[in-house]
Amino acid sequence: MKCSAFKAIFLVSTLSLLITACSSSPSTTDTDAGSSAGTTGTGISNGGVTTGSVSDGGLSSGTLDTSGDVDTVFYFEYDKAVLTPDSLVALRIHAQRLIANPVSVRLEGHADERGTREYNMALGERRAYAVQEFLILQGVDGSILEVISYGEEQPEVMGSNDAAWGLNRRATIR
Amino acid sequence: MSTGSFFKVLLIIILFSSKASAELTIEITRGVDNPTQIAVVPIQLDEVLPSVDISAVVAEDLLRSGLFEAMPRANMLSNPDDAKQVYFRDWRIVGMEYLVVGKATRQADQRIQVTFSLLEVPGERRLFTQVVQGTDNELRDIAHYISDKVFEAITGIRGAFSTRLAYVTATPGGGGLTFRLMVSDADGARERLMLESREPIMSPNWSPDGKELVYVSFETGRPAIFRQRLMGAQREQLTNFRGLNGAPAWSPDGRSLALVLSKDGNPEIYSYNLATKKFTRLTRHFSIDTEPNWTPDGKAIVFTSDRGGSPQIYKLQISSGKIERLTYTGSYNARPRLAPDGRTMVMVHRNKGVFHIASQDLVTGDLRVLTSTSLDESPTVAPNGAMLLYSTKVGDKGVLAAVSIDAGVKYLLPSRQGDVREPAWSPFLR
Repeated sequence: MKCSAFKAIFLVSTLSLLITACSSSPSTTDTDAGSSAGTTGTGISNGGVTTGSVSDGGLSSGTLDTSGDVDTVFYFEYDKAVLTPDSLVALRIHAQRLIANPVSVRLEGHADERGTREYNMALGERRAYAVQEFLILQGVDGSILEVISYGEEQPEVMGSNDAAWGLNRRATIR
Repeated sequence: MSTGSFFKVLLIIILFSSKASAELTIEITRGVDNPTQIAVVPIQLDEVLPSVDISAVVAEDLLRSGLFEAMPRANMLSNPDDAKQVYFRDWRIVGMEYLVVGKATRQADQRIQVTFSLLEVPGERRLFTQVVQGTDNELRDIAHYISDKVFEAITGIRGAFSTRLAYVTATPGGGGLTFRLMVSDADGARERLMLESREPIMSPNWSPDGKELVYVSFETGRPAIFRQRLMGAQREQLTNFRGLNGAPAWSPDGRSLALVLSKDGNPEIYSYNLATKKFTRLTRHFSIDTEPNWTPDGKAIVFTSDRGGSPQIYKLQISSGKIERLTYTGSYNARPRLAPDGRTMVMVHRNKGVFHIASQDLVTGDLRVLTSTSLDESPTVAPNGAMLLYSTKVGDKGVLAAVSIDAGVKYLLPSRQGDVREPAWSPFLR
């Protein structure tokens, strides 16, 4: 077998892309999600086709305003999902901008590598929810906010030390 | 099953050649004090044996169990290929307790037939003679079959050498990680690529017949649970809810999955009927409930919950809904897996800030820490209950390690590239 054979070939029809776009819109309800299960598959990223581009198709047009060096990454203490005072300053600015210009954003939660992977998925989700709740309390329309946890699967930096762990316990807005 | 339920993905499954792949290799860090002495005499073919040295694979299998010490070939005084040619004295004087001899012949249909015998040296007797056949591509299967038979005859424990592993690798490059779901033989050989993605792959879990995997893939931009057959290209996305879609665990009867969804605001455990595609919610608590694993009788689920303030392991009786806490030692016990006896539970246990693998006897409540490395996670028990695999860190790199259920035997399976994590040991395959 040749190495070129590694490249998997996938059939991603236009139709399935459309279904994905619909099902991934923030207004999708639980019932919708359930009934569409099994119909929204996309190919595994290969070559230039990344799965990110598929999911972006489901978000509304417009991008998050990150001008003026407003932080988009918010850090957390070990095993905690409580926003720090630093984070609140930046999140208030994001809230004002999202009220003035409501674009769909992803709130992604992450954990450091310590502890089990699926438990860390839940911990990452709690962190992203902390950001979501704060934004909603500030008056942002909750339907434009999507919470996704990556657990410990997408570390910002590699390494098994306090500095790396501190940078990896985070939630991001984008 | 409806014809539309499987959406087809043309997924090319690669069989690595045994030489070129980044196979796992074994190094034993600790064995038992008095391993059984065994000699596996080279199994000859009238022609040159293609690619695989059957006796070497058998010797490595037995060595890796930690219960055996295999005699180096260079020390063998003779190379008998059947029981009648054995001079027991040759083996007794070098301290052998058992001897495996065998002969390979090519059949008219081109298959290779191995006739092998297990001999007990002190008693000067033949314990059994058996025949096994296979193609040139199945020589490792033949070897593992011999290992299984020899292991069971001597230890009384069913051999698990003919089983497989599933695991996830993450390799940096191109501005991010590439995730791969891999399947290999239990000894790490014959790695096969099942799925490759630039988005995370997590939590592989075997069907009870060993023919399918379920796992979590983020390829849609969100976590979703997929089911995939090992042979062929059939693959199905099972969940697509908001929030977590995670920790799938196949039920012992093969009909359902336990899994985790957070669509109602926080992670809860559901059962999912694979035939009717109906979800049934099993837990109702505002805390994190995750990492379900079925008891061998399929009547209960053990899972992780922080409902008591810290992650601990609980047991849910499915018929009554009754929930009982199982772990009380330490402030972090998570991701339980039950041994086939249903009595021994292995889990991730934090002790003084360090994560180890521990086992707990569910009858006596005794907890025992099995590992001494750090950042140990994802324990998975062999189908014969004798060994467990887990992932750990060596330097900054994730590797797989094995430990016997009594902690007497330990070995590492270093990989040559990337981070290896989340091993899942298959059930018995035949």
